[in-house]
Amino acid sequence: MRRLKEFVLQKIVLLCGVASILFVALIFLFLVKEGLNVFKAVSPSHFLLGRSWYPISEPAQFGILPLILGSLLVTAGATVISVAIGVACAVYIAEVARPAVRETLKVGIELLAAIPSIVLGFIGMVTLVPWVKKIFHLPTGLTALSGSIMLAFMAMPTIVSIAEDALHAVPRSYKEGAYALGATRWQTIHRVILRAASPGIAAAVMLGIGRVIGETMAVMMITGNAAVIPHGILQPVRTLTATIAGEMGEAAVGSEHYYALFAIGTLLFVISFGINVTADLLLHKRRS
Amino acid sequence: MKFSLRDLNVWFGSVHALTDVTMDIPANEILGVIGPANSGKSTFLRTLNRLNELKPNFRMTGDVRLSGADINKTDVDLLRKKVGMVFALPLPLPLSVFDNVAYGPKMHGVRTKKRQKEIVERALKEAYLWDEVKDRLDTPASKLSGGQQQRLCMARTLAVEPEVILFDEPCSGLDPISTAKIEDTMLRLKANYTLVLVTNNVHQASRVADKTAFFLSGRLIELDDTDKIFTAPSDKRTEDYIGGRFG
Ligand SMILES: Nc1ncnc2c1ncn2[C@@H]1O[C@H](COP(=O)(O)OP(=O)(O)O)[C@@H](O)[C@H]1O
Ligand SMILES: [Mg+2]
Repeated sequence: MRRLKEFVLQKIVLLCGVASILFVALIFLFLVKEGLNVFKAVSPSHFLLGRSWYPISEPAQFGILPLILGSLLVTAGATVISVAIGVACAVYIAEVARPAVRETLKVGIELLAAIPSIVLGFIGMVTLVPWVKKIFHLPTGLTALSGSIMLAFMAMPTIVSIAEDALHAVPRSYKEGAYALGATRWQTIHRVILRAASPGIAAAVMLGIGRVIGETMAVMMITGNAAVIPHGILQPVRTLTATIAGEMGEAAVGSEHYYALFAIGTLLFVISFGINVTADLLLHKRRS
Repeated sequence: MKFSLRDLNVWFGSVHALTDVTMDIPANEILGVIGPANSGKSTFLRTLNRLNELKPNFRMTGDVRLSGADINKTDVDLLRKKVGMVFALPLPLPLSVFDNVAYGPKMHGVRTKKRQKEIVERALKEAYLWDEVKDRLDTPASKLSGGQQQRLCMARTLAVEPEVILFDEPCSGLDPISTAKIEDTMLRLKANYTLVLVTNNVHQASRVADKTAFFLSGRLIELDDTDKIFTAPSDKRTEDYIGGRFG
């Protein structure tokens, strides 16, 4: 009887696992099936490398290079900012702060993670955007930089907490070994602890970025939403996600525009899948 | 005298780990430190290079001097450079054999490759490891045997040119042959260095130590020539411990 129960439970759990994989596979298939239709209207190379995105003009142009560059620019900016601040913050929490300070900071970072992204976007729009405008003397503060800063804040909680775990997992004896050789605290942190924890920290960064790369509404609100090829981080851009969110409602089902948006979705799926797999590999490398 | 300790007391929170320890450690000798678990041996050792300070609830009183200078008034990084330490488990850094040994010198500002090579070779020779690893300096340190890793850790310590080397149960994870090699190395090092060896194996102390100190419950019970401690100890408790009657 107990055997039977075990058996049934085991199969149910298996089923759930298989179902989740199946759903992901179906979503992907659906995306690909709809997305591929766009290539009846435009060649893959024109789609990926075309410099103009005029989906509703006559004739329509479906070049997503400006959108790809917009996404890249915002994400790259966010990565630089969140790595610098996030890793420094994790080091401070794990290695420097006194216990009381450490607990306070950890709570603060969890709170940051709990703020809905649209609220962050809103706050960004009324505070960050005017600052950027003023500091850099720009005609508008709705720029890639504003988006990067805000995404960095969204990625920070993930990065800090996973990086801090990685730092904690460094054997205490490495640290003592370094101190016993006469290393200063800073030398110990940057030559031993950070080095030993680097795969985990890299994974933390990728998971943090993976989390925000699909971020849409908040980015749409503060990056200016201009689908032109950007020439710097202080210009308005439009991201892949913002394009889908902004235009899906207007695109007629079955139109070329509609299929183009699905193709963008497929591309996003592939990108974030790639990032997550890489992060996973890094974390496994750390365990083995 | 290399080290002189006067009325050393150490606490971790409310635990009184060392009580009124007074002793002198002469240069170019091996001091053996024996005693049952939790008798304060490691705490004593870690006082000498101020490694106890890494524990948050640590507090000490008393006077500890290295060559006459108060260690608490010395720059801590400089002190730890002068007073090296080898731990119980050989813990090479996740680097090559060469980089493990060159690590300390690099950190202390030795930049040229030539100078690093000289230092690494000298340190590995001093640790009697050179002949075994000279053809594979680029292999990861983790590929060496346990005994070789422990001698690598000794070389790593020697590379920063210390005056004193502290050993905290350096052979607890090693087989008898590796242990013999480590002991042999220690005996040869004593010509140029002062060694303090904490060991949970009284026979090891009797084999290598010139003087032996017996700790019990955080107190220094007896410190004398090793021969005397092992043949005619003046304290009954030392005799009982060495005879294996408790511990
Ligand atoms: N960080 C600490 N907090 C509280 N007590 C400690 C700490 N470190 C050591 N002790 C205590 O100090 C005493 C001596 O420990 P130790 O020096 O490690 O002994 P030994 O090396 O002889 O086994 C023990 O009672 C131990 O529990
Ligand atoms: Mg101990």
